[in-house]
Amino acid sequence: MPEILTRHRPLALLAALLIAQILLLAFQIKRHSDVRLIRYWASEIITPGEKAASWAFSGIGGIWHGYIDLRGAHSENVRLRQEVGQLELRNQELENTAAQAKRLSLLLDFREAHREARMVAAQVIGGSADLSSHTVFINKGERSGIRRDQAVITPDGIVGKVVEVSPDTAQVLLINDRNSGVGALFADTRTQGVLKGTGDPQPVLAYVTNDEKVHLGEVLLTSGEDRIFPKGLLIGIVTSFKPGYPFQTINVQTAARLDRLEDVLVLLSQEELHPKANSSAGNVVVGLPAEPKVEVPKTPQVAAAAPAPSPSPAPMNPGGNKSASPSAGRP
Amino acid sequence: MSYTFNSGMQSESNIEVHKYYGGVVTVVALLAIVIQAFLHRYGRWSEFADLPLLVTIYFGVSRRNPVSGMLLGAIIGIAQDALSHDNPIGLYGIAKTVVGYVASSVGARIDTEHPASRFALVFVLFHVHQGVLAFTERVLLNRPTPYFTVHLLIVSLVSAASAVVLFSLLDRLRRPS
Repeated sequence: MPEILTRHRPLALLAALLIAQILLLAFQIKRHSDVRLIRYWASEIITPGEKAASWAFSGIGGIWHGYIDLRGAHSENVRLRQEVGQLELRNQELENTAAQAKRLSLLLDFREAHREARMVAAQVIGGSADLSSHTVFINKGERSGIRRDQAVITPDGIVGKVVEVSPDTAQVLLINDRNSGVGALFADTRTQGVLKGTGDPQPVLAYVTNDEKVHLGEVLLTSGEDRIFPKGLLIGIVTSFKPGYPFQTINVQTAARLDRLEDVLVLLSQEELHPKANSSAGNVVVGLPAEPKVEVPKTPQVAAAAPAPSPSPAPMNPGGNKSASPSAGRP
Repeated sequence: MSYTFNSGMQSESNIEVHKYYGGVVTVVALLAIVIQAFLHRYGRWSEFADLPLLVTIYFGVSRRNPVSGMLLGAIIGIAQDALSHDNPIGLYGIAKTVVGYVASSVGARIDTEHPASRFALVFVLFHVHQGVLAFTERVLLNRPTPYFTVHLLIVSLVSAASAVVLFSLLDRLRRPS
């Protein structure tokens, strides 16, 4: 027997190994138990290698994805940039459309509130080439019934008057142009003056004597004396004043944003506008409840000799006061 | 093609026994288990290259020593069992012990340097391994493991093709005679 084992040593070892493993299997099956020690040592030996492999694999993967596999990245980047550009453009278009819709809505509300008045809505299509003049062009002209010396307004306040008319366009002289003059009066005191353009963004109210009390934030309306603007339209508010000779120098902030005009209304007649009660269609006409958009500056430029500002001049609210009727309290 | 002799086997005196640098067998076997366990995490395609089996076969046929071949197969197989959670220890151990023994016995008798012979040898030994595995599972564990399927055929062909590449790489680790 030993000779046979020696002669067939590999076979004997094979048989021994197989029998040992079969017994090991049988032991595990019979006892429903596990050889935890072997698993433990195998795990202890192999897991460090697995960790290293995982680390190397993720590192290689990172290098591959981060540096090597970037063939399509540039073209994708270009495509995405184009897409972002298109989306930004689209977004801008939508914002413009929304803003335009809002403006037109205001115009429509205003138009609805003054159905008795004949007016034409127009878009500002250009400005003056001369930097010293404040004029704009609108896209409506003679064919739309527009004539010279008609008033141009927005729901916020007056804008100017028509000075030149062609069949399909018209030129509007803004109220801050140096050639402009508008009959004006204070909403509270009914003191009259003339709003004159100076070429600067802010016009001034001229011909107000020094003994007239003026307050910061005082509301200025059209007087109708110029026979262009109907009486009672909102012009703006007083932002600063100082005594002069022979008249005060009063700076006025216009209610309408003359530097951002886009949609305007051209009044085809000089009839006074009578707003409907509870209308919120802008604040161009005295008696409307809407808050004006102009604000009194926090540090007004008031001369030392100027009278102290009134206690609460700030929000200009022409509505709900004694000037609800344009002719009321007129001096 | 190598023209060698086998100092250990008198009957096959023209077969060379290849030697390896110290630790190569251990490191390669360990790497094979680690890589196999690692690749197993990334899906079933890892089964198309049973690296521990291929390493067992390679060192079996290269060293041509049935004792070391079966011992290496047993250790690798037991390690595989130990790393699996549902296999009792000994299942792969038995199969790879047999494969290690057969591979080293065959390697001592025929030339296994040619890619075609390597392909055929791995193809056959893959099915020997599967046969022993299925038999053990059926008899001892009462699991209905198939002996042969088309899927196994494909896997064996892929494994054999992989073995041709892998063996040529492992040949570089041989110590010059």
